[in-house]
Amino acid sequence: MELSRSVSILSGLRYRGRAGMLTWLLHRITGLGILLFVGTHVTVSFFGQQFGDDLAFAINSVYESWQFQIFVYFSVLFHAMNGSRLAVMDLFPALIRYQRELIWLQWLMFVPLYGLPVYIMIQNALSGV
Amino acid sequence: MRSPRPTRSAGTFEYGMWLFTRISGLALIIFGAISLGIGFALGGRQYLTMPAMFRWMFFPNPNHIVNSNIPDVTLGWSNAFWQIYSMLMIFLATVHGFNGLRMVLEDYTKRPLLIAILRGLTLLLLLGGIIVAIYVILAS
Repeated sequence: MELSRSVSILSGLRYRGRAGMLTWLLHRITGLGILLFVGTHVTVSFFGQQFGDDLAFAINSVYESWQFQIFVYFSVLFHAMNGSRLAVMDLFPALIRYQRELIWLQWLMFVPLYGLPVYIMIQNALSGV
Repeated sequence: MRSPRPTRSAGTFEYGMWLFTRISGLALIIFGAISLGIGFALGGRQYLTMPAMFRWMFFPNPNHIVNSNIPDVTLGWSNAFWQIYSMLMIFLATVHGFNGLRMVLEDYTKRPLLIAILRGLTLLLLLGGIIVAIYVILAS
């Protein structure tokens, strides 16, 4: 059966796919975010290294700031954890029945793995370490 | 109830990329964990900042790691092992990433001509990224 791709934004917002929809959406957004970040970082570093471009160093210093790294860490950790869950579910299709529980388990692991380093990063940044 | 997804038959391009996405994703996590561990072993435990850890994890070559304040950076990281390691990682990461971009673009595109153009552009970006990365690896 062919899936209809031409869905209006309004009916897309009204669709309630619950936990699986949120992880799907976040996986897509974080994936595109990582691609954009890595792509611009590689391009900019190349110009900085070859031509000593000032704009390149400015962009890279924004990328290294703790404020930006909070988003980078969220994207990489979420994309990696969600991707591993998908790969494990594809390896053992019996697990697909328990998708809801697996997503809860994933969030349960994600919160400390994300929150603790970010807490330390903010603490270090504010105390000027 | 949702209608089931169309099944993928073995041997097609889409099936190959579906499988590649899973394998390369898991492989990138393992590669990142290994080079992060070796970064710690080479003296990186003293410099635990998020950007530094990402540098060891996802592109371990001297040019990249020199910014993370590890002493004797060239001794540990400038050899053929890390060059091959980086190239393998770059290949897996770029193909994984640009295939993901292709899938997202094709989800929102219907016209076959536009899909063909977008595929060509994605392939160009992929090749450009790989060439720049390999140049940086071999030049450092």
